Amino acid sequence: MAVIEKIPAAKLIAKVPGGGLILTTSQSLLKWGKASSLWPMTFGLACCAFEMIAAGAARWDIDRFGAGVFRASPRQCDVMIIAGTICIKMGDCIRRLYAQMPEPKYVIAMGNCAISGGIFHYDTYSVVKGAESLGIPVDVFVPGCPPRPENLLFGLMKLQEKIRNEKDAAR
Amino acid sequence: MRPDEISGAIRARFPEATEEAGTKNIITPKESLLEVAQYLRDPPLAFDNLHCITAIDRKEKVELVYILYSTGERHGVTLKVYLTPDDLNVASLSAIWKSADWLEREVYDLFGITFSGHPDLRRILNPYDWKGYPLRKDYSNPQIIAKPRL
Repeated sequence: MAVIEKIPAAKLIAKVPGGGLILTTSQSLLKWGKASSLWPMTFGLACCAFEMIAAGAARWDIDRFGAGVFRASPRQCDVMIIAGTICIKMGDCIRRLYAQMPEPKYVIAMGNCAISGGIFHYDTYSVVKGAESLGIPVDVFVPGCPPRPENLLFGLMKLQEKIRNEKDAAR
Repeated sequence: MRPDEISGAIRARFPEATEEAGTKNIITPKESLLEVAQYLRDPPLAFDNLHCITAIDRKEKVELVYILYSTGERHGVTLKVYLTPDDLNVASLSAIWKSADWLEREVYDLFGITFSGHPDLRRILNPYDWKGYPLRKDYSNPQIIAKPRL
């Protein structure tokens, strides 16, 4: 199989016969670039953070999907992986960090706590009931307590799929 | 020293201190807390490590618990002060043990016990504008979702 057929957007790419050029639309090139270089934010809140760290380390290696460049500043990030329990005191901080990220920005809610509060949903005074109740739009939910690194990688691939299927790449 | 020897030494020095039933924990009236703490801090008992301060809300009273350890002598003791719910104020031990500073802030944050003489009595875990004291039995908050009983 030719290398070109392995590329996810292969059907959008055409090789000029006899030439060294490939043709594609600028939209699909932009989407491919966006999906393949998602820089996450260095941002772990609780035990899910360890699974995220494991996903970033050599055994699972999130860098294979172009998302291994964990940045310490929200200004340089494309995706925020909310990994862990969100306390009320941390909620304001998350809102501010999300507002500081430049567009286009995406959010992965990793683990049950970031989805709904998880085991802290009932009878707890200090835990936010999920990232969406903070008003942060979540693109991909990764369930589990905590999810394994494979699950996070699958969530990341789902996010890439979503980006590739966006109507307007210049969002 | 063994727990019963520690308990005996404290009660010999402070007759108002008593032993909690069934344990070797020391209960002291809050008026003599500072003196008892100073005695525990100095040799021969030499409790140099204030491990933990916490409280228990029993509704009719609030138990304030100090867990102490001596790194030199390798022995420990639990000191308790019983407070009535209408007078939740006690002397701060932050001048005797440095670690009491943040531990007392935590107890203030969660139980609302005030410590007179504390250098900086603010909330430490909850947001500064938090209302109420979450670990009290009578605490209620409309945001809490009660667990359905099956």
